[in-house]
Parts: sequence; C-alpha cells; structure tokens
Amino acid sequence: MYVAVKGGETAIANAHRLLADKRRGDRSLPAISSEQVIEQLTLAVDRVMAEASLYDRALAALAFRQARGDMIEAIFLLRAYRTTLPRFGTSLPIDTGHMLIERRVSATYKDLPGGQLLGPTFDYTHRLLDPSLLEDGPVEEGERRTEACEPAMRVSDILAGEGLIEGDGTLQEDEGGGDLTREPMEFPMSRDLRLQALARGDEGFLLALGYSTQRGYGRNHPFTGEIRIGEVEIELYVPELGFAVSLGDIRVTECQMVTQFKGSSKVPPQFTRGYGLVFGQSERKAMSMSLVDRALRAREFGEDILAPAQDEEFVLSHCDNVQATGFVEHLKLPHYVDFQAELDLVRRMRGEYEASRPGTQIPQTKEAAE
Amino acid sequence: MNEALAIPEAHSGAKRAVDLIARATRAEISALWKDGEGPPLASLLRGPETGLVMVQGRIGGGGAPFNMGEVTVSRCSVRLASGTIGHAQALGTDREKARLGAIAHALWQEGTSRERVEQVLLAPVEARLADEHQRKSEETAATRVDFFTMVRGED
Repeated sequence: MYVAVKGGETAIANAHRLLADKRRGDRSLPAISSEQVIEQLTLAVDRVMAEASLYDRALAALAFRQARGDMIEAIFLLRAYRTTLPRFGTSLPIDTGHMLIERRVSATYKDLPGGQLLGPTFDYTHRLLDPSLLEDGPVEEGERRTEACEPAMRVSDILAGEGLIEGDGTLQEDEGGGDLTREPMEFPMSRDLRLQALARGDEGFLLALGYSTQRGYGRNHPFTGEIRIGEVEIELYVPELGFAVSLGDIRVTECQMVTQFKGSSKVPPQFTRGYGLVFGQSERKAMSMSLVDRALRAREFGEDILAPAQDEEFVLSHCDNVQATGFVEHLKLPHYVDFQAELDLVRRMRGEYEASRPGTQIPQTKEAAE
Repeated sequence: MNEALAIPEAHSGAKRAVDLIARATRAEISALWKDGEGPPLASLLRGPETGLVMVQGRIGGGGAPFNMGEVTVSRCSVRLASGTIGHAQALGTDREKARLGAIAHALWQEGTSRERVEQVLLAPVEARLADEHQRKSEETAATRVDFFTMVRGED
C-alpha cells in the first residue's frame, strides 16, 4: 500500500527565512556587494564560473553570495540558470597564442622568448598570515616596466620546431562536434568531449587524480611546458553582418604539460602532451586537467590501463560535482518506505538466523536471504 | 585572427565599430545623447535578449576545437526611422546596453551621424582600451624574471 504524506510547508518556509537571516548575518555590518566579491574574491568567482561552465562574473558573484560561499551550491545555481537561456551559437575557437598575458611561466626552458612572467602569483609568498589586511590601509598599484617585451611564443611551438614533441591534438574523422550539454556521455569518448568534461570538472577531484598519477598510479613523468593566464577575445560569426564580431574578452588559464616519450616503427620517439584550459585564473585546475588529460590518453598510446586516472569511464562519470552532489545529497531526502522495507527484511533474516543456530530444532536448509 | 574567416577589406571598418561598441560600457554609449534627450526612436527587430554562446578552445592550443564552456551574451537589432538597421552583441546580461549599442551601430552607418559616433563613442573607447592594454602589459612586464649568473671561482 502506498500512502501519500504531506506536510512541512510551514517548516520549509521558516527554514528558508532562517537561511536568509543567517546569510545576512550581523545586521550591524554592511552587506557585501557583488562588486566587492568580483573585485576582492576574484578567484572564488573564477572557480564558480569554471565548474558551472558559464563565464559571467556578475552572475557567479551573485550565486556565491546567495550560496553563503558554498562553492558547489553556487556552481549548482549557475548551472541551473544557464538552462533557462537559449543558445545563440558557437564562438570561433579562442586563440591562446594571442592572449593578453598576465602570467606565463615555463618549467622546461629558463630563457624562452617572452620570458618568465610571474604575474599576480601566490608562489614565493611565505604563506604567513598577514595581519595588515585587517586594516583597510592603502595598497600600492602594480609596478610598471615600459621596455618592449618580445612576444611570448608557445613552448609547444619551440619544441615542435625540432620535431621533439607531438603536434597539437587532432581528432579522427568521425570525431568532433560533440557537446556534453546536448548529448549524454558515451564511452569510449573522443578527446574533445573528454576535455569539455574536464574543463567543467571538480577542481578537488581532478587535483587528487592528477596527484595520483604523480605518485605512480598511471605515471607519465610530466614537466610543465607552459602555464599562461590572461585575456582572450571571444568572436562570434554574425550572419546578419557577414563577419565575425568580437563580443569581449574573457580570462582563461592554459597549461601545456609535456610528458615522456612515445614512438613507433614509423615515428621516432617524441614527447607527448596533456592539455588544460580553464575559465578564469586557476593554474591548479589547469595543471590537474592536463595531467588527467594525458592519463586518459592511455588507450591512444597503447599503455596499460591500470590506474584510476586512466579509466575514462570512472574519471568522466565522477568529475562533475553538480551530478555528484545531487546523488550523494539525495540520500538525505525521505526514504521512509524503502527503509521500512529493509527493516522488515533484516528482522526476517534475524529470525531465520536465530532459528538456524545450533541447538534449535530446525534443520539448516534455508537459503541466504538476498 | 582566424585565417578561414578573414575579414574582407570592405568589412574592416564595420568590424572595428561593432567590436568597439561591444566593449563600450552602457554609460559610454549613453554619452551619445544629451541628458534627458535619450536615443532616437528605433523599432526593435530582435531582442534585446540574453542567451549563451558556447566558447571553443583548441586541443593543445592550436589543434582540433572542443567546447570549453559557455558565456552569457546579450544582443539586439533595431531599425531607425530612416530604415537603417543596427546590431549589437556583447558579453554579459546587460540588455539595455545591447539596445543602445544597436542604435549606436545604426547611427554609425548613417553619413549624418557617423562622425559624432566616432568622436563621442568609438574614439574614447578605443583610447580607454589602449590605455588598459598598455597598463596590463606593463604591469605584467614588471614581473618578468631577469636571470643572472652568479660568478663562481676562487679569485
């Protein structure tokens, strides 16, 4: 018998009212604005945009505030919002070679064209808490250097000049054009779809998987060929105008990971590559993505698939934190009937167990309960 | 930038105008009209509306395209009383900016108002963008590492 149960409307309304109250916190403090979040908690906004797979600073900041700083809740809000919008089209591919660079480092070449540009990095800070931030004192502007800078060519192009590294990735004829937001995942998955999934994947999950490859679970001995962060132009072809127009610039982080060799009877040994490209400033995510991208190419290179990071179905089915949180968190919803059924079952099993113990009269012929 | 979709010569001026309007703020576009006067009457052909554009990256930076994620875009198409049609599209959810931008684009196409759009809107936006570009480049350049070699030896 199925019994519909209703109730809780008042409790829910009051819970949401309490949530709004807690979100506002102490009324004697000024409310935080989206502009403050965008300007001063920029990397939180970047992470929300990256994992929501939607670049819009203002909306990401709103989501972050609405979620009281809960990243995955904010990502969920932004994902939900994007489903309400029509798709106008697809941009031309962005050109990271023409990026307005804010940071660019290479761990493989010290003196490379364009140089090592540290940008606004946490690296080389001593990770000591800075009490001066408790005061709202004046902060110096960035130093400027006016002498001309040579263009920063891609490290992969430097290596490619000698033929020591595989080219930028190509796809098979029957691959490409897929979009995970339109079609369900199917395995095996082509590299373009894998990169789409990884670009929106959970930073923590990809970080852990990338780390696992370094510790020996799918080892491929990486070097950071290049990390670059900066602004790229988004261009869209507009048929009414007859040309591609610029819509504005977005900040992205790109990582070129160079890993050990692969060759064959036809191709001499050369470095292989993993690629990471992420909305906003997040080199941890871009680096992790490039490690996992390389690990997931195991099949392509004929490597043994032994480690979790090499198992595309495992990685790609679990890297989306909105899906993951949906399934994990659904467990807190009422399961009263399911649980009642299981209680019933365990009582029956215990009855059978008691009955089958030595000393009892009943012979042990019962089958194990399912 | 993209070889396959190189802009024909005839479009280069038009692209510059459209691209600059996309990067203008709503206030910069509104400067075309005196306070209280407002933009000329224009009928809406499409929008203003907000939607998504899927951004593509390339595998390895220059390889096959893949879908990286989406951006919000607001766009609008208008027709002035003269019949001139203007289009505007820009990142973000500011639909009013898209509407004003489309009017600005239509005015730019008309001989009588092009000069004003150039001087009041396009030139200042271009100058602002150039300043910002220079400031960012110079700030980044100040963080460039100048390696030097420590002289080692016994003397």
